[in-house]
Amino acid sequence: MQAEREAEYSKGIELVAFNVNGQKYCLEITKIREIRRWSPVTVLPHSPAEVLGVMNLRGAVIPIFDLACFFGMGKTQANERNVVIICAVRDRSIGILVESVSEIVSIDMSEIQETPKIKSETTKSVIQGVLSVEGEMARLISLNSIVDPIATDMELL
Amino acid sequence: MSGNSIRDTFFEECEELLEALDEGLTSISEGQNDNETVNAVFRAVHSIKGGAGAFALDDLVEFAHKFETVFDEVRSDRLVIDDVLMALLFRASDHLTDLVEAARSDEPTDADVRRGILTELIKYIPSEEDEAAEMDAIDFQPTGLDFSMDLPGDDAEQPTYLIEFKPHRTLYEHGHEPLFLFRCLAELGDLKAQLNTDALPLFETFDPEESYLEWRLELATDEDEAKIRSIFEFVDGLCALEISEKAGDPAASAQEALTNAINIDDADLAPVETDFEVESVLDPSEPSPEPEKVIPVKAQKVAKPAGPSPTLRVDLDRVDRLINTVGELIINQAMLTQRMSEIEGIDLREVESELEDYKILARDIQEGVMAIRAQPVKPLFQRMARIVREAAAATSKKVKLETIGENTEVDKTVIERLADPLTHMIRNAVDHGIEVSEKRVETGKSDFGTITLKAAHRSGNVNIEIRDDGAGLNREKIYEIALKKGLIKEDAELTDNEIDNLLFLPGFSTASEVSNLSGRGVGMDVVKNAVAALGGRVSISSVPGEGTTFMIVLPLTLAVMDGMVISVAGQTMVAPISSIVESIRPEKGAVERMGTRERLLSIRGNYVPIIEVAEHLGLMNADTNDRSEVLLLVETEQSGQCALAVDAIHDQRQVVVKSLSSACGNVPGVSAATILGDGKIAMIIDTESITQSLVANKAASPKMTNLEEVQNAS
Repeated sequence: MQAEREAEYSKGIELVAFNVNGQKYCLEITKIREIRRWSPVTVLPHSPAEVLGVMNLRGAVIPIFDLACFFGMGKTQANERNVVIICAVRDRSIGILVESVSEIVSIDMSEIQETPKIKSETTKSVIQGVLSVEGEMARLISLNSIVDPIATDMELL
Repeated sequence: MSGNSIRDTFFEECEELLEALDEGLTSISEGQNDNETVNAVFRAVHSIKGGAGAFALDDLVEFAHKFETVFDEVRSDRLVIDDVLMALLFRASDHLTDLVEAARSDEPTDADVRRGILTELIKYIPSEEDEAAEMDAIDFQPTGLDFSMDLPGDDAEQPTYLIEFKPHRTLYEHGHEPLFLFRCLAELGDLKAQLNTDALPLFETFDPEESYLEWRLELATDEDEAKIRSIFEFVDGLCALEISEKAGDPAASAQEALTNAINIDDADLAPVETDFEVESVLDPSEPSPEPEKVIPVKAQKVAKPAGPSPTLRVDLDRVDRLINTVGELIINQAMLTQRMSEIEGIDLREVESELEDYKILARDIQEGVMAIRAQPVKPLFQRMARIVREAAAATSKKVKLETIGENTEVDKTVIERLADPLTHMIRNAVDHGIEVSEKRVETGKSDFGTITLKAAHRSGNVNIEIRDDGAGLNREKIYEIALKKGLIKEDAELTDNEIDNLLFLPGFSTASEVSNLSGRGVGMDVVKNAVAALGGRVSISSVPGEGTTFMIVLPLTLAVMDGMVISVAGQTMVAPISSIVESIRPEKGAVERMGTRERLLSIRGNYVPIIEVAEHLGLMNADTNDRSEVLLLVETEQSGQCALAVDAIHDQRQVVVKSLSSACGNVPGVSAATILGDGKIAMIIDTESITQSLVANKAASPKMTNLEEVQNAS
């Protein structure tokens, strides 16, 4: 009985689903520190297009990424409804700009399907898997692979 | 963890002791050969030895012991310090520093060096004295039983712990020594020990390697049980240990101590007791070997102005947290002021005066907190004394170091990061600057070369000067080398100062052959970059035949700086005021075009290149035809004067520097970020790297362009 419940517990995860340029993405809830309303950021010189800039989060300097831009869907039109999701990646915090946060879904790990074979290497490296949320496909993303290429880019500059 | 903390404390104390040792030796070498100074040196070495013994740092103990014995000879007037011995003592002191450093990082040291110095030291030690000292390597003066009897009041206030300690055979096999543990315990409080020899078998069945002895210790201390346990951490599993708090009355325990001492006498057979008997009651307040001598010396020290002031050890993390919070306070204060100025229609005059007070208070707090991080440059300068000694020995030159203003305080990080550039410059000064004695005498100088290291506060900056009285820079040679290495054009006419500054160009090294000392492929450009990374500048001046002076100008602290708030391409940014010479709103005719893109500013008859900050930062295309602009005239070592074009200047204020690199990596043209009054982040531009783009952009003869600019500017 005890073992069964543990197995169940370890399998079930909660995801936060959000929209990026009309597409549904999601992220494990444990990675998320907080969700904030969009406010203008300070431009970071010489940064790649997907880095919008930096913002002040209670005295800490946090870089903000535009997910739509990262996937090559053009810049997110920044407006008041947009939100910034502050997430923990390794030992640092980053923010990602998304159109809106839609819901929190509880799913079983087994529901996540392996990413189907797709052409774009960048996209493939970031999408951990896909799953169906109320008949709509949601893409589970991995933040490490978003930050890493950008971080290396910037160090090369 | 807690076991390490004692170790850490020991090493921290070692730093102070080594400092005292160095200071003492320096005084002696300057002829201040009195008893007090010699005693101070002796005590420093002795304390290091004592502490090292507790941590079983055998190399350190052995070395410190010999060192100390030599000093004992000096102290008892059986040995007179001459030049040879003085040099040896300095070397021994340097090696002792190495040993402590090595013990701290658990790295092996050069055993040959140690043996060499030891052999020389032993020559000064009479042989019988040597052996006698060897016998009781830890020579603590007995303080007698009555001490604990005199202070029953202390006992009453402190909880007493009962410690049952029975070492297993393995404890001795691992080379542990109960005495050292007991000494650690004695440092915590009043320790009484009782030896239990019940388990000692008859001689026929006695196994010399077995452990038969048990101790019953009573420790009156304010420390908690965990602290006591931490002392036994190293022998964990090698002994049977029971610690309990004792509620009994202190008078009885004092009585007990008396009987204990008698008991111990019975146990002379055991291997440890000869020393232990002496220490059975150790008063923690006077662990010094000669308490009766310490007191008068201390009293004298108070009268000396240079005496150490009482200090508090604080974890650096805590200070940094405090500094961060104070930074937030300053930002918050700026925000409040800004909000207030935006409110209209209400009479705020009274509130404004309160706000002004708030501003002053916040500034005071900040300055106070910054002062915590500030430390005197003395230890740094002392390290340099060693560098001079070593460099002088390596080049067989006679050099002495003079230090001025060693109590000048600078931010801790600045001091740490200044060590390498200073080392490099000092080595250079000895290697290239100071001439050999014969040559010095020929030119009518004293045979001893002097390097002066001077620190002083000047208008919010710290100036550090490195001056040698050597031959001065060989400008012809510098010019020749620069020409050979393609750093300048053949027909370039350079002023003396410009030639001197060639030293700072990357890839320049005057040493025709790579010597052991300096010229390992790193040149003065490394020094310059290290200083620039600290927000400082380095300059050079030299008089042939009289010497060379390097001047390093550094900001007092790295956490806060004075900045000019500017806007660039719609973004608010901050330019460090230290780099700005003046700000100019150019008149129509003052800006000349050169080709399609380059622009020059005519100022007081000179033409200075203009750099578009926005363009440099990749924020927009340079379209400067009809736009109001302000030029910031900046002065940099590498590129001379340049004018930075920005959109507007708003304000001048102190800003809290926030590192960007941890969050965003290195951003070209930006040194850090700060948070402004409105809570937004502003980039702090790196004027040095922006002006350097001038050098990098023009590929044809990069360094020459640079020098032409210098000429234009001056």
